[in-house]
Amino acid sequence: MTPRAFAARFFRDPVAVCAALVLLSLIVMAVLAPFLAPQNPYDPMQIDIMDSELPPVWIDGGEERFLFGTDTQGRGILSTVMYGMGVSLLIGLGAVAVQAFLGITFGLLAGYYGGWIDSFLMRLADIQLSLSTLMVAIIALAIFQAALGPGAYADLALYMLILVIGIAEWPQYARTVRANVQVEKKKEYVDAARLTGMPSARIMLRHILPNTLTPLLVISTIQVANAIVSEAALSFLGLGMPVNRPSLGSLIRSGFENVFSGQWWITAIPAVVLVVLILAINLLGDWLRDTLNPKLYKGR
Amino acid sequence: MHLLAFLMRRLVQAAIVMLVISVIGFSIQSNLGDPLRELVGQSVSEAERQLLRDELGLNDPFWTQYFRFLGNAVQGDLGTSYFFKKPALEVILDKFPATFELVLVASVMIVTLAVPIGIYAALKPESWGARILMTTSIIGISVPVFLTAILLISVFSVGLGWLPSFGRGDTVMLPWGWETGLLTLDGWEHLILPSISLASIMLPLFIRLIRAEMMETMRTEYVRFAWAKGIAPRRVWLTHAFRNTLLPVITVGGVQIGTLIAYTILTETVFQWPGMGFLFLEAINRVDTPLIIAYIIVVGLIFVVVNTIVDLIYTLVNPMMKLPGAAA
Amino acid sequence: MALLDITDLEVSFGPHQALRGVSFSLDRGERLGIVGESGAGKSMAAFAIINLISDPGRISGGSVTFDGQRLDTMDTEALRTIRGNRIAMIFQDPMMTLNPVLTIGEQMTETLLAHRSMSMAEARRIAVEKLDLVAVPSPAARIDNYPHELSGGLRQRVVIAISLLCDPEIIIADEPTTALDVTIQAEIMALLMRLCDESDMGLVLITHDLAVVSESCQRLAVMYAGKIIEQGATDAILTAPRHPYTRGLIGALPQMNSRGGLLKQIRGSMPGIDDLPTGCAFHPRCDFAVDACRASVPPLEVHGAQAVACIRVGEIE
Ligand SMILES: Nc1ncnc2c1ncn2[C@@H]1O[C@H](COP(=O)(O)OP(=O)(O)OP(=O)(O)O)[C@@H](O)[C@H]1O
Ligand SMILES: [Mg+2]
Repeated sequence: MTPRAFAARFFRDPVAVCAALVLLSLIVMAVLAPFLAPQNPYDPMQIDIMDSELPPVWIDGGEERFLFGTDTQGRGILSTVMYGMGVSLLIGLGAVAVQAFLGITFGLLAGYYGGWIDSFLMRLADIQLSLSTLMVAIIALAIFQAALGPGAYADLALYMLILVIGIAEWPQYARTVRANVQVEKKKEYVDAARLTGMPSARIMLRHILPNTLTPLLVISTIQVANAIVSEAALSFLGLGMPVNRPSLGSLIRSGFENVFSGQWWITAIPAVVLVVLILAINLLGDWLRDTLNPKLYKGR
Repeated sequence: MHLLAFLMRRLVQAAIVMLVISVIGFSIQSNLGDPLRELVGQSVSEAERQLLRDELGLNDPFWTQYFRFLGNAVQGDLGTSYFFKKPALEVILDKFPATFELVLVASVMIVTLAVPIGIYAALKPESWGARILMTTSIIGISVPVFLTAILLISVFSVGLGWLPSFGRGDTVMLPWGWETGLLTLDGWEHLILPSISLASIMLPLFIRLIRAEMMETMRTEYVRFAWAKGIAPRRVWLTHAFRNTLLPVITVGGVQIGTLIAYTILTETVFQWPGMGFLFLEAINRVDTPLIIAYIIVVGLIFVVVNTIVDLIYTLVNPMMKLPGAAA
Repeated sequence: MALLDITDLEVSFGPHQALRGVSFSLDRGERLGIVGESGAGKSMAAFAIINLISDPGRISGGSVTFDGQRLDTMDTEALRTIRGNRIAMIFQDPMMTLNPVLTIGEQMTETLLAHRSMSMAEARRIAVEKLDLVAVPSPAARIDNYPHELSGGLRQRVVIAISLLCDPEIIIADEPTTALDVTIQAEIMALLMRLCDESDMGLVLITHDLAVVSESCQRLAVMYAGKIIEQGATDAILTAPRHPYTRGLIGALPQMNSRGGLLKQIRGSMPGIDDLPTGCAFHPRCDFAVDACRASVPPLEVHGAQAVACIRVGEIE
């Protein structure tokens, strides 16, 4: 499909356009949070405990200053959500980058060299896929946290999340890349490239990778959504981002107790934003898959 | 592929996974927390400590210690919980029924709903019903389990006050030591919201999977041939198309059961459901090392068993898998 | 009136027509061959007969009359009593036609049980009988095999056996041998002919292979881009083809060893259904084309022993 036809199909699909617009504005809000947010919720100078637990403006007792109300510390929910979304996105994208790097590398190795490297890597992928990502992540992070103690762990949480979610999901990429490499390897141009004396690594990257780009794009979209969900779940369990640099998941966690006492907005606002963010990515991913219709690796 | 060869491979794989898990479990034991402190407190002198370490074998080489750990583990001895002062395995297994029943009810919900809905959405993709179901399902996939749980609590427990928001309610102890909540009304009332939350994310996933696979099989030549034979639509849909959809669904289903167990940790946390997942998080917070290890090993075992069963079902459903000796 | 009568049949995919007014008829026990290049619409015509065009295609005009009943407008329940029962079909690729998760027996008995009221045991007995008829070795054992346990040739025999189950009046065979080894092709064709002769079954045989048609079918229809461009007695057409396309086909016969070789003597390739030229669809490849050929679609008219759709048929002899 030409880029032109692709764009034409995109602009004809209202769902795709809406999802993209929503996603774009959320990303802009997250990236520009330090400039756009009404306050920096993690600057003690800017928050006042007297403002705590204010409801959103449209409810009696709400104040103009805080569109979506405030949390138990007096931080504006709008501001915490904008900052939190940035953390969530950062971890989601970071984890997918790790997944893609590992998966593409292993997939290329397995597909190109075959033999025992292939068997070993694919068996490893089988095993990893049969263990649930979230389960592995929960256990790994739980152990790190218990080993390091909550204080030291908090400083490392961001990197831990990226690494753990990243490492747990590489087989998705590896299998797709490997399947594609095996198909491409049989084609003449790879032989031709080899005959002209190009080193094998170059052949792989220059010729095979561009051909696998479409399926990788489709996988990545869905994987970003999955990674953000995983991060949120881990943070909700208290195994993720600490309260002083919360992601959407940690915000939901810290507001959870207040659901019972009536301050629903502390949890509901970040929850809605999280759902909208994931929904937008999923809708785009679905659209991409239906439009580009790549051969994705399925099952055995 | 021959069934026996396949099963052997599966068994070897299971053994490897369990060995890896045991190594992980052991490294946790030797690195996390100080068993000495748990035993004798901090008031003991350094010399005495060294003596005790020698006695306990803590100064032995890594592999000696590991094989001792493995030997004990195989006999079901995974150490004593620091907090409960009971064998860790026993503590975990006491909580197993609660988690099992939660997963069971959720799985039954998923299967009984996903199969008919998925088939319907595949057969009538243009209908309003199917469109609404598919839109709902993509929203369903985008709402994390713990949010569904919180939402259900705030609506049905806090808001309407219809259903309880935490715990298992009344349970009955069965003669073989299984504590069940399935025999009391109160138990079922407590089970409804947690199992709906647990099912909430898998259900749309399976609906979409069944729909996609079913639509693909409906386009195959053999389904077209079935139509050309004049067979009743029900038989074409269920026997010809759905039977072929089953294989990929079982494969994915096997992986997803594992995910379901992970999600029990989330669901159990929100609903304070006294199962293994809830226990595990408590153990983490208390740095109750033996309990953490016991949980990891039990969950690893569950995964391995479930995967093997799923593979077995797959081979039984798939006629391409032959028993050795069968005609080629 | 003929047993099967197809008049001006059209099949459309959205704005594009895959069949553009196809007419032919078949008497009881008669055998008609349909030939044409890949994409000519042969399968489309076959499936349209039993009203089994898959989405998004649909029959958009014309009629199919079988034994006095209109099949193109018939509801699916009534169609079921015809499909597999009075009109049976044999598909092109036996590897794809049989359901991989059902045994041969299940796929045979279900057909019988759908059309006849009989016991399972009875249905099995008939199934074994038919397998025997199509020369499947040890049918009583084979019946419990899964398709993947059989070779391609055997599978096509099974498919033929399935089509025979209810003793149909017409069999539509869509390239029944193209997917098979050359050695097996002749065997399967001979089998099919024998069966048709024995029970006076009508046959619509779709094929690429003019040689096969010449041996087996009384009448022949040549399709090009969704239309029949020449139709008549097989002998007449093969000895004296009149449409330039048919002449090209027959002229290419000696080199006819592969799909590619078939049309060596006709330059260019057949248009797709979305880029049909104006007028006669064959004119861009035709050596005899004149301006009038580009202007309007030539009707199928009787010229001597056959019907030909070419305005220049008289002039180019
Ligand atoms: N789903 C579809 N959508 C659009 N066009 C289609 C579709 N299916 C078939 N066609 C078109 O209809 C035309 C007739 O196809 P048909 O399968 O009848 O060809 P055929 O003569 O049987 O060829 P072959 O020898 O390859 O089997 C082709 O040009 C094809 O491109
Ligand atoms: Mg065809």
